[in-house]
Amino acid sequence: MNRFKILFNGILKENPIFVLLIGMCPTLATTTSAINGLGMGLSTTFVLICSNVVIAALKNVIPDNVRIPAFVIIIASFVTIVQLLMEAYVPALYASLGIYIPLIVVNCLILARAEAFANKNTVLNSMFDGIGMGLGFTLALTILGGVREMLGSGSIFNLKFIGDNDGILIFVLAPGAFITLGYLIALINRLSKKKS
Amino acid sequence: MAKLDSSLKNMLLSLSLISFVASAVLAVSFSLTKEPILKAQLKKQQDAIQEVLPIKDAEIGKEVEIKLDGKPDAFIIYPAQKGDELVGAAVKTYSYDGYAGKIEVMVGLDKEGTISNYTVLAASETPGLGSKINDWFKTSKGSQDIRGKNPTKDNFIVKKDGGDFDAITASTISSRAFLSSVKSAFDAFKKYQEQK
Repeated sequence: MNRFKILFNGILKENPIFVLLIGMCPTLATTTSAINGLGMGLSTTFVLICSNVVIAALKNVIPDNVRIPAFVIIIASFVTIVQLLMEAYVPALYASLGIYIPLIVVNCLILARAEAFANKNTVLNSMFDGIGMGLGFTLALTILGGVREMLGSGSIFNLKFIGDNDGILIFVLAPGAFITLGYLIALINRLSKKKS
Repeated sequence: MAKLDSSLKNMLLSLSLISFVASAVLAVSFSLTKEPILKAQLKKQQDAIQEVLPIKDAEIGKEVEIKLDGKPDAFIIYPAQKGDELVGAAVKTYSYDGYAGKIEVMVGLDKEGTISNYTVLAASETPGLGSKINDWFKTSKGSQDIRGKNPTKDNFIVKKDGGDFDAITASTISSRAFLSSVKSAFDAFKKYQEQK
């Protein structure tokens, strides 16, 4: 398979959030601002690339019956590494994302790519799949976080453009995540239908 | 290389090996990040103390733990000295009554107990609502600014409950918890001065 196709497959055609609708828990919980969405997306991308590569490399020495526990151990190790690195070098991001980082372990996006792609493809292809899916995830989370931040807090990437109490609060709260996500998916479905 | 079949021996070997390597990698990354993490935490604490103190170039003396009746944990006083004279203190205070559990605040006081500044160390209040405690009480607007106020003269309770300060819009619980933590800081500081 063409590597570019694999790359763009994750970003557009099979975007994990807008098209596949997987990994919803961190998506809805962390996207209160664009910067949080970006941070969560990049951490997940890192874990996804690493786990995809390692799982693709080890796929022949992991017997089928124990593949899920093996995948989970590999993914959990990378998540812990990300958590330690983040706490050590970007404490500010860790303060806002800290409690969601361990959740990356059970992000079904990562396990789904391990099972559906890395377990059947070469190391290099799996890496591209990880990058594509990760970027797609990051892009979706950043857009979602950006829209919620604009409507809810009146700022974008922490730059205020309206007064302090003039945001529409509900968009920062949980229901706002569902509303925004719903409209974004509708919009993307409309656009992609037009194309085909 | 063909895929290993799922015999008991293969499964045991492969899982043990993966777990072993994963633990080794984690042990290494833990020991590598241990120091930077401690440093980052210490720096955060030092920055917080310097930020809230009334006088910028004071020396920070040895920290003292103060217990108050009816409060479960000790309050930590970081006395600020010029020569031998006590010029104020930063107090690490807390309240368990936040909307989402514990909030931790570093409060700066001068030697009369007048609040010079504060910074929120840890809180998991609702983003966009309770999370405004970060700035709300140090913004000069209406009667929400606690800087320059002294609990001997001003009543550190929200106006709704008969106090002197405006609560954050739609976050009365977070505001109550915050103000009570500031009041505790003041009480702990007074007790510290009496003990001295």
